This record gives sequence, C-alpha cells and structure tokens, in this order.
Amino acid sequence: MRLIYFAWVRERIGKPEEDVELPAGIETVADLLRWLKSRGEEYENALQYPDVIRVAINQEHVGHREKIAGAREIALFPPMTGG
Amino acid sequence: MAGAVVPAIRIQGEDFDVAAEIAGLTRGRADIGAVVTFSGLCRDEQGALSALELEHYPGMAEAEIGRIAAEAVERWPLQGLTVIHRHGKIAPGENIVLVVAASAHRQAAFEAANFLMDYLKSRAPFWKKEHLADGSEGGWVEAKEADDHAADRWTKSGE
Repeated sequence: MRLIYFAWVRERIGKPEEDVELPAGIETVADLLRWLKSRGEEYENALQYPDVIRVAINQEHVGHREKIAGAREIALFPPMTGG
Repeated sequence: MAGAVVPAIRIQGEDFDVAAEIAGLTRGRADIGAVVTFSGLCRDEQGALSALELEHYPGMAEAEIGRIAAEAVERWPLQGLTVIHRHGKIAPGENIVLVVAASAHRQAAFEAANFLMDYLKSRAPFWKKEHLADGSEGGWVEAKEADDHAADRWTKSGE
C-alpha cells in the first residue's frame, strides 16, 4: 500500500511517499495512524496529535473510522489552506 | 434549468487572465444574464512576505474541486462554471484562485461562487507555506476554524 504525505506531515516524516506492508489487525485509518506513530521519532513527531491529521483514501477525504481494506493510496496531511 | 453544464477545472502553475476566462464562458451565448467572478490573491500585510508556496496533491486536487463543482452545478441553475487554482511559488499581489460562475440571474451565480470558495478553503488539497522577505521560511499557514464554519453553513439541514 502506498502512503503519501503532504506539507508539514511530509516534512516531519522526511519523505513524500513510501510503500508499506501493514501488519495484521490494522483495519481502520485510526489503526493505521497509531501503527505509523510507533515506527520512529519522525513519525511520532508528525502524528503527535492524530486528531488534526486529515486522510484521503484513493484521493477522497475519509474519516478516521473508515476501513482501509482495498486502499491503493492513502494520503496523510494537515488541514488544508488553499483558496 | 441548464442541462449538462460541465465545469472547467484547471490546476496550474501559471497565472490566468480573468477577462479571458469570463469571455470563454460567455462568448457566442445570449442566455447568460449574470457572471460572478471571485479572484483570490496572495496578500502581504506588513511587507514581511516574499512569496507563498502552494503545495498540492496532484490528481486529488482536480478530483476534489471537480466534486465540489459538480455539487454546485446540481444545487444552482448555472450555465457555466470555471475554477482555476494555482500551485507553486506565488508572489504578493499575484493571483492564486479564480471562480467564474455564470447563470441567467445573479443570485445563483453569487451563491454558487460563494459556495465554491467556502468548500475550496476547507476541502481542496492545497497547503500554503510562507517565504519571508528576509530569506527565511515562515512556516505553514494554519487552517482557520472560521473557514470550516463557512463551509458548514451550506450543509442542508438534516444532514
């Protein structure tokens, strides 16, 4: 599964994207954020406050309770500031 | 009621010409009575900003603005709709975003343009980073709660 990061999430994790193999038991976006946060200091730093992280699955906004089965691409980013 | 208005969505690095975009919607037509345009510009309040850098999510930016535009076309009787959002480095005074809404009557055009901007602010995947005049990075612009509330006011009751 491909993970893509934007803005300060990308800067803090230190890379724009990566392919990951998820361990068993990671079913929802919230599970994914919790697992990622445990992968090292840079992830801990980026995902310190998981509630503020916005998530898109296959380029559509989703909530943290969304199931991630079947996702090709999951993007994590801060609240948007376009317009 | 207009049948199949297909919104024109463009995500681009280069600037746009507001007059040309209006002409593009209205040329050769006599049924449009109202065109509302909104232009968003890069603003510098204290002379401290050298540029804003707009990062975006390629693919999703087009898709999400497309979804917002499709909802606008469904809610208001529009005869044309153009949305352009720039990315990359943008200097103070330059254009960032353009919405052009055309309709038979002004109310639909005003409301659709307003709706589009409220949703673009809170749902279109763009992020602004400040570059300061002294050469340093000013950090990421923080999202405003007021922008989320502005979008909420368009939610139909009961949803």
